[in-house]
Amino acid sequence: MSPFTYARAADAADAIRRGGEAQTKYLGGGTNLVDLLRETLERPAALVDVTGLSNAIEERADGGLLIGAAVRNTALAEHRAVRTRYPALSRAIVAGASAQIRNMATVGGNLLQRTRCTYFYDDDGSRCNKRQPGQGCDAIDGFNRIHAILGASPACVATHPSDMCVALAAFDAVVHLRGAGGERTILLNDLHRLPGDRPDLETVLEPGELITAVELPALPFAARSTYRKVRDRASYAFALVSVAAALELDGGTVKDVRLALGGVAHKPWRAWKAEAALRGRPATVENFRAAAEAELVDARPLTHNAFKIELVRRTVAAVLGELMEDHP
Amino acid sequence: MPILVNGTEVEPPADPRVSLLDFLRERLELHGTKLGCNQGACGACTVLVDGSERILSCLALAVQYEGRAITTIEGLSGNGELHPLQAAFIECDGFQCGYCTPGQICSAIGMAAEIRRGVPSHVTADLAADSIALDHDELRERMSGNLCRCGAYNGIVEAIRETFASEGAAK
Repeated sequence: MSPFTYARAADAADAIRRGGEAQTKYLGGGTNLVDLLRETLERPAALVDVTGLSNAIEERADGGLLIGAAVRNTALAEHRAVRTRYPALSRAIVAGASAQIRNMATVGGNLLQRTRCTYFYDDDGSRCNKRQPGQGCDAIDGFNRIHAILGASPACVATHPSDMCVALAAFDAVVHLRGAGGERTILLNDLHRLPGDRPDLETVLEPGELITAVELPALPFAARSTYRKVRDRASYAFALVSVAAALELDGGTVKDVRLALGGVAHKPWRAWKAEAALRGRPATVENFRAAAEAELVDARPLTHNAFKIELVRRTVAAVLGELMEDHP
Repeated sequence: MPILVNGTEVEPPADPRVSLLDFLRERLELHGTKLGCNQGACGACTVLVDGSERILSCLALAVQYEGRAITTIEGLSGNGELHPLQAAFIECDGFQCGYCTPGQICSAIGMAAEIRRGVPSHVTADLAADSIALDHDELRERMSGNLCRCGAYNGIVEAIRETFASEGAAK
């Protein structure tokens, strides 16, 4: 690790004052950042520990939730309101990492974790436009079975690693930010960027801007939601493909639906096209598959990851089928 | 502010780059906690915070734990008495080389607390349930962050089940 200073933020104002300094990084649970420091992929001059900021989960009168950015992943997954009103979020969290890591990792940090693309990590031996803009990408013609099929660019085919974010994307989560210019909110779906020609820029955050909370708007039919993760082993592995979904039926018709995909793109991928293809249509496995097809119309597989296209079709159909079966 | 390690107050390192794992092993010479992958993939470095919260000491900076209580494998036994889970690991052959064992034991103690609190896992069928039984699948899923390269998993599972199954399922 390169040398850095360490300070605990007393409150959000203190954090953004310190975070506004050049080469400063906010530190949450450290489960990704400490590893990146050790690999010298991150070389900040200063760390500002923000784990002492709000770790409250506030239940709103309308049924929504306001989740402090310092809430640990385990605390969010086990919260009764999350388990019963947004079960896909609990399921996404406990599908990720290990129990030890979930005890450490914060909500804010989960949003800002970086790709696990092996070429990004291989500083000594591989080219990476995310690590060093303009250098080239060795994943595009390399071992890319874990890489993106949607929204990638000739500069970068990395995927966003989070499970939690996939559920948040499906539920239209709102990210609360605070920076030198004041406070603002943005949709989680607008937080992460597609790589384009600047894969080093992963979010739309301004320098020094701090995530203070994540808000889940009320969504009554999210009580019927789930998350399925397909991976190379039964536990403790990143997603090849994952699906977060909520389904509301009116008789045999899809009244409303929320669908987001993980493991397929540079950001948690809200499946807007699939949702549009389903609303008002009969809830059948054929239509679920056709909806996945609509989402995949722009999919571009690489040498080793074409299997993800069929995997998305099957997983979307299976998850929506499961929610349909559970419908009273 | 000091860190409380196995009941003893110690000053945190001056250099914030020191991981909690290196602090325990290199500065305090508590060699029970093991360095495995050093990147959060194996669980060998698992320790307990504030009694029962399991974390990975390799991904923790020691300075982040000022004011907190850390328990390592050395802190689990007292007055010459093994912790019941340590005794069960011996009884059930829960190890071969023993390198992953301190992490397995600390992790299982943290897991038992999570079960008692009703924390769901990836294999929990009913998220709305008030209590979760520590059956075979739950136990294996919840311990999946601790690898054993000797493959002593059957003995590990048996030792943990013998020690904790009754309290986990009794609620």
